[in-house]
Amino acid sequence: MFSFIARRLGLLIPTFFGITLLTFALIRMIPGDPVEVMMGERRVDPEMHAQAMERLGLNKPLYAQYLDYIGKLAHGDLGESLRTRESVWTEFSSLFPATLELSMAALLFAGILGLLAGVIAALKRGSLFDHGVMGISLAGYSMPIFWWGLILIMFFSVSLGWTPVSGRIDLLYDIEPRTGFMLIDTLLADDVGAFFDALHHLILPAIVLGTIPLAVIARMTRSSMLEVLREDYIRTARAKGLSPSRVVFVHGLRNALIPVLTVVGLQVGTLLAGAVLTETIFSWPGIGKWLIEAIGARDYPVVQNGILLIACLVILVNFVVDILYGFANPRIRHQR
Amino acid sequence: MKMLPLRAAIAAALLSVAVGVSAKPLVVCTEASPEGFDMVQYTTAVTADAVAETIFNRLADFKPGTTEVIPALAESWDISDDGLTYTFHLRKGVKFHTTDYFKPTRDMNADDVVWSFQRQLDPKHPWHKLSSVGFPYFESMGFKELLKSVEKVDDNTVKFTLTRREAPFLADIAMAFSSIYSAEYADQLLKANKAGDLNNKPIGTGPFVFQRYAKDAQVRFKANPDYFRGKPPADSLILAIATDNNVRLQKLKANECQIALYPKPDDIPSIKKDTNLKVDELNAMTVSYIAMNTSHKYMSDVRVRKAIDIAFDKAAYVNALFGKGNATVAVNPYPDTLLGYNHKLTNPPRDLDKARALLKEAGVPEGTTFTLFTRNGGGPTNPNPMLGAQMMQADLAKVGIKVDIRVMEWGEMLKRAKNGEHDMVSAGWAGDNGDPDNFLTPMLSCEAAKNGENYARWCNEKFQALIDEARAKVNPDERTALYEQAQAIFNQDQPWISMAHTRMFTAMRTNVEGYHISPLTTNNFATTQVK
Repeated sequence: MFSFIARRLGLLIPTFFGITLLTFALIRMIPGDPVEVMMGERRVDPEMHAQAMERLGLNKPLYAQYLDYIGKLAHGDLGESLRTRESVWTEFSSLFPATLELSMAALLFAGILGLLAGVIAALKRGSLFDHGVMGISLAGYSMPIFWWGLILIMFFSVSLGWTPVSGRIDLLYDIEPRTGFMLIDTLLADDVGAFFDALHHLILPAIVLGTIPLAVIARMTRSSMLEVLREDYIRTARAKGLSPSRVVFVHGLRNALIPVLTVVGLQVGTLLAGAVLTETIFSWPGIGKWLIEAIGARDYPVVQNGILLIACLVILVNFVVDILYGFANPRIRHQR
Repeated sequence: MKMLPLRAAIAAALLSVAVGVSAKPLVVCTEASPEGFDMVQYTTAVTADAVAETIFNRLADFKPGTTEVIPALAESWDISDDGLTYTFHLRKGVKFHTTDYFKPTRDMNADDVVWSFQRQLDPKHPWHKLSSVGFPYFESMGFKELLKSVEKVDDNTVKFTLTRREAPFLADIAMAFSSIYSAEYADQLLKANKAGDLNNKPIGTGPFVFQRYAKDAQVRFKANPDYFRGKPPADSLILAIATDNNVRLQKLKANECQIALYPKPDDIPSIKKDTNLKVDELNAMTVSYIAMNTSHKYMSDVRVRKAIDIAFDKAAYVNALFGKGNATVAVNPYPDTLLGYNHKLTNPPRDLDKARALLKEAGVPEGTTFTLFTRNGGGPTNPNPMLGAQMMQADLAKVGIKVDIRVMEWGEMLKRAKNGEHDMVSAGWAGDNGDPDNFLTPMLSCEAAKNGENYARWCNEKFQALIDEARAKVNPDERTALYEQAQAIFNQDQPWISMAHTRMFTAMRTNVEGYHISPLTTNNFATTQVK
């Protein structure tokens, strides 16, 4: 197990450098520079432009800029946003908890419902339920998120008034951000009303963000379960007289979980970095929207380091998933 | 930490009804986060709304809903006969905000005014180099060259000396980048080595005191009890950030906010039908136009430019892109809400035969291709760039001109248009200070033709002389006469197809009172309340 973890860790270093090089190069390949974008149609005389570029250190040759960037990274300095003059780490750490809270809620929703629906559909293969689940999941997978979010808002929030339209908490509550996780902060503030209000605000965005992962997880669980249920050891387990629930959940689901775990691991990356639309619809102050705006503003430090931070997290999640494979299926950790 | 549980809020609301005072927070849904709170470092309208209009004041202000300049921190001013010296007499007893991070020991005075301008003007000023990108608005308005000196005469008098006569100077002084900071607070921050706090914990004299900012979520303010125009009627103001205009409208309908800024023009009819909502609207200080590159072959010939103008169906364009009633067809380079608009000029009727004849006369072969640069995403002055470009393509095809539409990202388009790579470019402009010079000099002057921001690359000496003279005059009648002549030359020479002036809208609940939509595209809530 140790050498398995060491090999996986060894792969992280080149990945890390690859990411820094890619983000550094890609953002600079987009036409326009931060000073030009900031000034829009306004007058920028060449002298002022040159001065601003010099102040930002963008007049140096590209390799020197890259070395500066890596040098700063080595000292743990993520730089400051060109647009807001705020440190990238401060911005990231103030926005990331919102994205993580939403992603976790969405994953919980998608994971529980997806697994259940997938297992039942596999057990009742060919039934109306199976066709229904698969049809709905196909629709969910192809759902345009923006439209789906707005439809849910119009129906549940505006027509029925059951859920709030957007935001993380009612503006009447003034909760001091201690951890950045609204559910935790409301509890730390000892305000149960605010906690339930925050939970209430989480429902629709979690459903919208979780829709595609739900569809993917349900379909993957179903097909994986179907495969496993055909295996000899399941027949043996049944023949041994084990209870149907033990056969399905202990012998069947555990083995069927490996491809599902892979998908969940990949979905975490998608959820963290891809929540842009959901964050936009629900005015959710997360990192997806932050990065998109930074790209538009050519805010090099935010784009480079924001993506790097997310990439590190995705790598970490996948690393954990790799390790979990090892636990779920010992054959994997013994492979060389 | 301040908590306001729901029950307490309801109780407070009931209490306020009982005593007849509005204690409800005013929640305004806006489209983006402020970039920061050190106003002079930034240029966007959302930052001006969240910072300049709430926390700060300037020597002069725009009268709400107009472009008229009125006294603010300066009670009055004198202008010397040569128009080069402006002496401002400051209002006495104006207090800077008292917060948990700053307690002012004195009232606003001349030191604060001098500090606010010297910081941007003087490269040796200790705060000058602390801005990593300089002072973009101050610099782009040419204030570095315009201001010779800013001096304190006494505690309540400040003298500005200019290098040239500049009629829009008072309007410029009322703009966000001329906000007055507390020099005392700045000194304290510098001594405590906390200069960055100027951008996070702002102190001003404005109607609202900054409380808390959660990026991309909300900015919270409370009313300034010492505000020199009297405490604002709304006890607290919350700017709720909702990027998408559909979402802002849904939030307004659900009463999660009482004012929704920048609604989609398409939604205006339905908002007007909703009995709980109302709309405030105004002709915006914007112009959408197509600049024709007069340095290119064929386009240098005024007959070609005239032919393109009369071949294009502007009314259909405006209706298709903006929706009926959401914009007016433009004739001149700036809208009629500004000084000196020439009402005598009109658009010539659409005439395809005449257009063909003009093109033939100019020797443009049938099937000649012109490039048209346009942006990929819509903006206020061009909601649907691709549709607009296609309409132009279809219209010009009727007179034998092919249009090669080049759709590109905003930054890329600006860069290439500044380099003059286009035959035609679809562009727009939103005015800053309500002065015609703010339209004409940046977009049509000879200097702008040299640096490329005059996308038509059009330099007419007579036109230039007229706008230079008008800029140096203070008398509005004299300026009007000069601008009218300048517009006549512009129309005769046709460097642009002037397309549209947009209307701007703010949607709100019917119980909102005291809000004035501003032609300057800023939003001020000092007199706004929820009844």
